[in-house]
Amino acid sequence: MNPIAAIGSTFLEFLAAVGRLVLFTASAVSHCVRPPFYPRILLRQIIEIGFYSLPVVGLTTLFSGMVLALQSYTGFARFSAEGAVATVVVLSITRELGPVLAGLMVAGRIGASMAAEIGTMRVTEQIDALTTLSTNPYKYLVAPRILAGVISLPFLVLVGDIVGVFGGYIVGVYKLDFNAATYLQRTIEFLEPMDVISGLVKAAVFGFLVALMGCYHGYRSGRGAQGVGAATTNAVVSASILILISNYGITTLFFSQ
Amino acid sequence: MTDLPKIRIRGLCKAFGANQVLRGLDLDIAAGESVVVIGGSGTGKSVLIKCLIGLMEPDAGTIELDGKLITGLPPRQREAVMGRFGLLFQNGALFDSVPVLDNVAFGLVSAKGRPMAEAKRTAMEKLAQVGLGADVAAMYPAELSGGMRKRVALARTIATEPDILLFDEPTTGLDPIMGDVIDQLILKCVRELGGTALTITHDMTSAKRIGDRIAMLYDGRIIWVGPAGTVDASGDEYVDQFVHGRVEGPIAFATRRH
Repeated sequence: MNPIAAIGSTFLEFLAAVGRLVLFTASAVSHCVRPPFYPRILLRQIIEIGFYSLPVVGLTTLFSGMVLALQSYTGFARFSAEGAVATVVVLSITRELGPVLAGLMVAGRIGASMAAEIGTMRVTEQIDALTTLSTNPYKYLVAPRILAGVISLPFLVLVGDIVGVFGGYIVGVYKLDFNAATYLQRTIEFLEPMDVISGLVKAAVFGFLVALMGCYHGYRSGRGAQGVGAATTNAVVSASILILISNYGITTLFFSQ
Repeated sequence: MTDLPKIRIRGLCKAFGANQVLRGLDLDIAAGESVVVIGGSGTGKSVLIKCLIGLMEPDAGTIELDGKLITGLPPRQREAVMGRFGLLFQNGALFDSVPVLDNVAFGLVSAKGRPMAEAKRTAMEKLAQVGLGADVAAMYPAELSGGMRKRVALARTIATEPDILLFDEPTTGLDPIMGDVIDQLILKCVRELGGTALTITHDMTSAKRIGDRIAMLYDGRIIWVGPAGTVDASGDEYVDQFVHGRVEGPIAFATRRH
């Protein structure tokens, strides 16, 4: 094929893919706010995302907080600024690491599972069966997962923030010999409500993106095991990239002067 | 039977890219009649059923139900029409994540708006109708054999008591005895519901058992229609080749699935 034609064809395919995603998103969001709702499925998804992801998110943020305390101590010691360790840990965790790490972990765990489940339903005609039984698949499958993602991720991040700060506290107090009361005072002293709120807003956006990508790629899954496998991979990769891109955007919105 | 067919299909066309699957298909099905469409793999039998029930929109042609056009309807009206159909999917398409009883009760709750308790009672009756007991009701689809899955799927299809029953390859993948069991159940259910049935299959034994009439789909069109009893001596070389399973003949089988 002519190279220019190949570039043009790829660009058109990209535009078509963006168009499909935009249409899917618009339809999914509109079904999130229009009845009928499926509260039992929503609750099941909230438990699946919010409760069963707790160990993964907890462990990730715990060790991130610990490493952060250790690394910032060794760095700041060069400038005799060890006292800033607690502040650095709490701000890094609440503003960035908590939401981003939780988002990425949930993308791996939940995004993949959503894509695989919905993809399998597509391949085995279960989605067609839903339609023939007068049930809109967007309302039954997509909307509860997106709502659950938006509701659960902030909760997970809040827990992750606390666990991450606690990880920093353990290293600070028991390994680096900080005074416990001083460490806690430094943690609270410079923490502002906006630091936590921005992290929770990020979490809600990341939850939306993870669920959206999981549902979108599952819904458009190709035939057979290979199609479902590709959908799973695409869901995790696209959700992870979108999390990192949107993280920059939200940070700019909240903190750029 | 009245002169007005229950289902009238005219000039139905459907293509997937450059692959023209249906090329102006015409078919009439009278009320209370059971028609079986036979044809090789990849000839568009499933596409026909999906266009009929509204899972696919045809590129051209019309489908009338009781004299009313049902192609190109707005989504809400189309949903209402869809509620009059019951489709038995080829592989059952049972919902993996819920038990058998909830699968059968699903349509009663979602399509008919019945309370869950009442829907489950009816679902138990439908399971009994297809020869399954209470022990199966609590099982998940993954725990069932192929024949049991088909029975559960049949119970789900008839649970909402639809006007028109569509069966997509009902005996595919089953042993001959279980195939006979499913055919008998289909006949019993159609008779009890008094509905109109359209079955697509390439299982000739099943076709002759289920159908009042048999239609042969080839090259995107119905090329022969006749009473089920005459299919073995149709006089049509395409039908003869298919019915007798001969390699030599005018039929060149497509290999692509839609």
